[in-house]
Amino acid sequence: MTNQFEPTIIGFTCNWCSYRAADLAGTARIKYPPNVRLIRLMCSGRLDPTFVFKALASGADGVMITGCHPGECHYIEQNYKALRRIQLMRRTLQGFGLEPGRIRLVWASAAEGNRFASEVAAFVEEVRALGPLHWGKNGNVPSIAAPAAIQKEEVPA
Amino acid sequence: MTAKPKFAMYWAASCGGCDIAVLNTHEKILDVDANFDVVFWPVAMDAKYKDVEAMEDGSILLTLFNGGIRNDENEHMAKLLRKKSKILVAFGSCASEGCIPGLANFSDSREIVQTAYNTITTDNPNGIYPMTSYNMPEGEIHIPTILPVLKTLDQVVDVDYYMPGCPPESNQIAAVIDLVIQVVQGKAELPPKGSVIGAGDSTVCDECKRARNVKKIKSFERIWGIVPDPALCLLEQGIPCNGPATRSGCNARCPIAGAQCIGCYGPAAGVSDYGARLISSFASVLDANEPEEIDRILDGLVDPAGQFYRFNLAGSLLRAGVPAWKKEKA
Repeated sequence: MTNQFEPTIIGFTCNWCSYRAADLAGTARIKYPPNVRLIRLMCSGRLDPTFVFKALASGADGVMITGCHPGECHYIEQNYKALRRIQLMRRTLQGFGLEPGRIRLVWASAAEGNRFASEVAAFVEEVRALGPLHWGKNGNVPSIAAPAAIQKEEVPA
Repeated sequence: MTAKPKFAMYWAASCGGCDIAVLNTHEKILDVDANFDVVFWPVAMDAKYKDVEAMEDGSILLTLFNGGIRNDENEHMAKLLRKKSKILVAFGSCASEGCIPGLANFSDSREIVQTAYNTITTDNPNGIYPMTSYNMPEGEIHIPTILPVLKTLDQVVDVDYYMPGCPPESNQIAAVIDLVIQVVQGKAELPPKGSVIGAGDSTVCDECKRARNVKKIKSFERIWGIVPDPALCLLEQGIPCNGPATRSGCNARCPIAGAQCIGCYGPAAGVSDYGARLISSFASVLDANEPEEIDRILDGLVDPAGQFYRFNLAGSLLRAGVPAWKKEKA
């Protein structure tokens, strides 16, 4: 075992393409780093920026958002909405001092298990190079992370 | 005759506008005097901290606490007033969610002190910095110590009610005063603990009289750069108006007057992160599907973090804007 930093990454997948891609990667036994924790949404357009903020405030070092390729959304055009949100979210988080490289957007169709796995692997290495974020771990500034009350609270639709 | 219930109001890290807003209820302030014994209110009367310390625990019926918790003096007073009060209200945006002083959470406390005492616009030739304690011939003296981050009142003590607004609208304050008086007289019940009082649950858009259509914007505009249509939704005209996520209760004063909502009433009911909700609503109205085009439109939105967290940073999910590497150095 080495002592290298293992980033915690939260991945959001859409039910129709990118989750199927992850599934395919699994059934095809494609290896990729275990650092990513996947959360399935019905669509990348369901991604409320609150989810990303909550992940970062709860200790994630990076967030990966995946969806169907442009033009292939199961809900017609919601992945474009996700794209716009992510671009604005990235700019906002830069104001908080977050490196833009900690938020990654990946389009992957249900047939692209290989692509999904290689994107995860690349992202893990990028975040590893950026180092730990510590937003969830307080650093030496007390009560910076979300208090217990917020972590228990459910994120409303 | 039974003694009147006791009333206190205190300011921590605030501008004093909340106190002015209370006085701005005009003759309603006489009702406060008629129904309450005002025991502590630094802006209006002379009282010492030791007077409060000498009071019996829970002896003050209602304390309106405005201002955020910036230093250990604020924190001491928050804890003291919590102990002495039956009902503690986080009064105004600062106490509820950090407000403008909370924007300091984008920087660490060292940067704040540097900016205040050692920039080119500061006349401080000898580089004198405040010391939290200092030995005088007469003995050691102390000034309050700045905390690493500005905290909201409920991050320090238990809060019974929240009253948003920067400052809360006078008619809303008057309504709350009326309610408490009725409760004292046994004619009304208090709302459940933790409620937001003196405001609605919906959004500013809900109260706004401007006409709304399907929003599709090609660029963001600054309020001074265009002459907005007086009857049409401001966001629809590209002016970044925070109405969609902001709590109602102000009668949409700003947008109706032609200025965009800046969000002083805080997040609407059910919104757990104000900025995140605004990111959703702003991104939804952009009329672009190509990354480059989206970026071009977003270039018009200068300082999105400031736009979305002007009042809410200290109360937000990511409340501290200090990146990890800086935090470790500090």
